[in-house]
Amino acid sequence: MSNTGSELTVSLWRGRERGRYETYKVPMRENQTVLDVVSWVQRNLDPTLSYRFACRVGMCGSCAMTVNGGPRWTCRTIVSKVAKGGRLEIGPLENLPVIKDLAADMRVFFEKWQQAKGVFAPSKTRHDAIERIKSDSDARIAADLAIECINCGICYAACDSVRWNPDYLGPAQLNRAWTLVNDVRDGKNPERLQAVAAKGGCHSCHSLQSCQEYCPMFLNPSAAIAALKRRTMRAFIKGEIKA
Amino acid sequence: MIARTARTLDHRRSLLWLAALVHRLSGLGLAIFLPAHFLVLGLAISGEAQLEGFLRWTDRPVVKLAEGALIFLLAVHLMGGLRLLVIENLPWAGWQKQLATLAIGISLIATSIFLVRVF
Amino acid sequence: MNVRLYLWQRLTAAIMVPMIMLHLAVIFYATRHGLTAADILSRTRGSAAWALFYGTFVLAASSHASIGVRNILTEWSPLEDRAAGVSAIGFGLLLGALGLGAVAAVVWP
Repeated sequence: MSNTGSELTVSLWRGRERGRYETYKVPMRENQTVLDVVSWVQRNLDPTLSYRFACRVGMCGSCAMTVNGGPRWTCRTIVSKVAKGGRLEIGPLENLPVIKDLAADMRVFFEKWQQAKGVFAPSKTRHDAIERIKSDSDARIAADLAIECINCGICYAACDSVRWNPDYLGPAQLNRAWTLVNDVRDGKNPERLQAVAAKGGCHSCHSLQSCQEYCPMFLNPSAAIAALKRRTMRAFIKGEIKA
Repeated sequence: MIARTARTLDHRRSLLWLAALVHRLSGLGLAIFLPAHFLVLGLAISGEAQLEGFLRWTDRPVVKLAEGALIFLLAVHLMGGLRLLVIENLPWAGWQKQLATLAIGISLIATSIFLVRVF
Repeated sequence: MNVRLYLWQRLTAAIMVPMIMLHLAVIFYATRHGLTAADILSRTRGSAAWALFYGTFVLAASSHASIGVRNILTEWSPLEDRAAGVSAIGFGLLLGALGLGAVAAVVWP
């Protein structure tokens, strides 16, 4: 990759909840990603910079950060597309506590995942016949549309309902719950519907739709949550869940 | 939670986000206006002279503008609400941005018609 | 509770859609024909139909607004859930009382 000779002005968040943006000059290159830029700073300017990444090829979701005000996978964000005037502002994901610098604390994200019962609950044993899943059934189609979530946290960071309501379980969490509601093998769906109808559940979603606009896997938590609203409404009317 | 950036958060530049905000603010505006609206109508209880006096007050241009604003709030909240009912009860539609634009557009038209009539 | 509140809010919204259309039509009609207070009251006084229409409208609007205000208070104000809920109920009751008072004012013969 050649040096184009010019420089980027990059502001990186340093600190924890309280901190400040520090500015660095980074050589501009062709075909640079935001992750390349962050790595360059840490390796050449400031080894105390903390940040997170793993696969660096858009598969794991670990490198998600706030880039110029929006949550993105930094390994898949081309600098020339987002750095207007050669400027970049990079911070940790919003709506999450900060461990240090660019690394956000994902614990509450996963705790809410458990609260939403986003965990498969088997209903059969190895002695039972294998469940035949028809891939073209409505339920399986619905589940498949939502199943590719890799828990990167971008939707959670983009969501103002998460920002304004600390109890809100979150788009990724409810999206996963929806896939399990549609899984005929799952044995805990009454409890799951109860969980997503509780305080902070699907009814706290106001269809702001930032989640589906930002999801790098092109998933649609807004649609999943709307479907959960319909499903819980039906269950409530039938007396299957309590209000 | 305070954002860690001085910029406008990027997700707030979306038309769909704006539509949701307009829906909330118009609802709030209506919630503030309605008690006043009901109070004034209650004036009629003292007889038609009071109501007549009030109706003449409403001939003032600034009041007509305010009423126009209220018609806009009502129309936009109604249209936004219909948009939500569609999202929540019908299969997902990809043309929501157009729906949101249409909703705001119709509200503006209805408001303009009202203003033209009363001025 | 959430499901109940959600259902009520959507239900009252659905009920109000045709009511708002009719209400807007009434306003447009009144402004177009330059109706005076006497004109309006002569049509509404003693009318069971207007009483029923606007009475239902007021009750639906009060509950709908109350639930909406509750959401705004829990998300945008420092109030705790309980306080927000109580304030919202208070607001709803106020709106309902004022509204029914206004309806009575124009339909009482």
